[in-house]
Amino acid sequence: MNSRIFHIATNTFREAVRDRVLYNLIGFALLMSAAAVLVGQISIQIERLVVINLGLTAVSLFGIVIAIFIGIGLVSKEIDKRTLYTVLSRPVRRWEFIAGKFFGLSGTLVVNTFFMAIGVFAALAYVSHNFVSSDVGVLVALYFIVLQFVIITALALFFSSFSTPIFSAIFAFWLFVIGSFAQDLRNFAAMTHGLTRWLAMGAAYLVPNFSALNVITQVAHGEPVPSQLILINTAYALVYSVAVLSAAVLIFERRNLK
Amino acid sequence: MRAIEIVGLEKIYNAGFWRKRSKRALRPLSLAVEEGEIFGFLGPNGAGKTTTLKILMGLVFPTAGTARILDMELDDPRMKAQIGFLPEQPYFYDHLTARELLHYYGQLSGVDAKQLSRKVHAVLEQVKLSDSASVQLRKFSKGMLQRVGIAQAILHDPKVVFLDEPMSGLDPMGRREVRNLIEELKARRKTVFFSTHILSDAETLCDRVGVIHQGELRGVGAIAELTAGVHGKVEIVWHGSTAPAGIRSMGAECRAAGETMRIIVPEENQDAALDALRRDSLRLISVVPVRTSLEDYFVAQLATPAKPEAVASGN
Repeated sequence: MNSRIFHIATNTFREAVRDRVLYNLIGFALLMSAAAVLVGQISIQIERLVVINLGLTAVSLFGIVIAIFIGIGLVSKEIDKRTLYTVLSRPVRRWEFIAGKFFGLSGTLVVNTFFMAIGVFAALAYVSHNFVSSDVGVLVALYFIVLQFVIITALALFFSSFSTPIFSAIFAFWLFVIGSFAQDLRNFAAMTHGLTRWLAMGAAYLVPNFSALNVITQVAHGEPVPSQLILINTAYALVYSVAVLSAAVLIFERRNLK
Repeated sequence: MRAIEIVGLEKIYNAGFWRKRSKRALRPLSLAVEEGEIFGFLGPNGAGKTTTLKILMGLVFPTAGTARILDMELDDPRMKAQIGFLPEQPYFYDHLTARELLHYYGQLSGVDAKQLSRKVHAVLEQVKLSDSASVQLRKFSKGMLQRVGIAQAILHDPKVVFLDEPMSGLDPMGRREVRNLIEELKARRKTVFFSTHILSDAETLCDRVGVIHQGELRGVGAIAELTAGVHGKVEIVWHGSTAPAGIRSMGAECRAAGETMRIIVPEENQDAALDALRRDSLRLISVVPVRTSLEDYFVAQLATPAKPEAVASGN
């Protein structure tokens, strides 16, 4: 990473921290602990399953909300507040600015996930009093959740490069929802014919495949995650994010900052 | 080498989603600023000053024309390392302190890490913000933000400094300090290009000025050259409390002051006014040419209608 991208990323991270974004994690940790106490009392034999399901789903939703709501303002807020003027009048390329913002928010979300994961494991320890080898799967599920955050950050940044925050939020959120059903969309495409098939197939491959990145139910049941899937998902998230960021750069490079 | 060279720069904005409407922000504009010069870019609000500066900073792309700074293209990072820019009504990352912000900008400008702290300290001293260096910018007043803006523009010792309305939001003391700072930059052979609509600032500081109105450059030159072309006025003072018939229509101002009357008339009406005084046997006290100010020139340029020109479609 060149130094300018690093400095922009660091500043983005620092802004998120000082805007108290990460403080919501304290709330999350408390929520998880309270939920674990409650779950421990009302569920018999399935406490682990409930805590893993509840915990990882909450980590995912919290992170997605943060990724969307910070991501959509990453470029538009800088234009509205004109902070971008004093950055781009320096030897900073527009693509470097986009890349710095992306790494900064992604870094924030990784730290976010780390703290939330502590909450999940604390709750898991409370209900089951020990860890088992299949709990490694929880780490894999968390890794996949981070990959989802990376993709959604790239998408939010992409929309932010040409649209208003409100539209960016709507677009990014709907893509997350549709992407969560990407596998169903692919199955639907396989059942249709002609033009509908092509359109459905095109849409299915265009939206981010979040369903492949969701192994929460699987790990909650103690089922292992194949290492091949880890490789494929990593490659998919990287390629998809780079493609979306490239589109964001293409648009932003041509944009007049009025 | 010229510090800034602009040739035929033009900007048309397209607005509207379904029905495209074109708005010409800048008519073909050409000007050059020499190294070491203080150049004032004057015009009323909405004249095209900020658009020109944004094009030069690479924030907005021109519809036509070219510009070079220090003989380099506008998107050349080597050139950008040698310029400083203060935007109009600047706003900065308010989660940072003044010191952190300047560190950040210094890093982006490629200032050597070993020298950065020393430079930040020096520039904070220079803009008199040392005492507030550790305060978050969200607690700064408008005037303090303007000082931070100037500090970030000169932090990396640029060769050319662009200031968009640098006096805006400052109290009289603050304005004087900015004026001193610009003079200090000139003494160090820096080129300063600043936009303003406060003419007294331009008159005090600038080697040359350019007047822009409705996106069109109306005149460029040294203030003395520009004002020489404006039709002069004379002040006529006579003893008495009455004005001869018809004299009031010759000039804009006719006032009584104690035992005397005074009127300011255009030079071409001077003889007619003096004849009128003689006819009424009024005693003449003085006839003094009124110095043509930059304001007179500015007002004269603004009164001239823009050249009619068809607005081209497309951007």
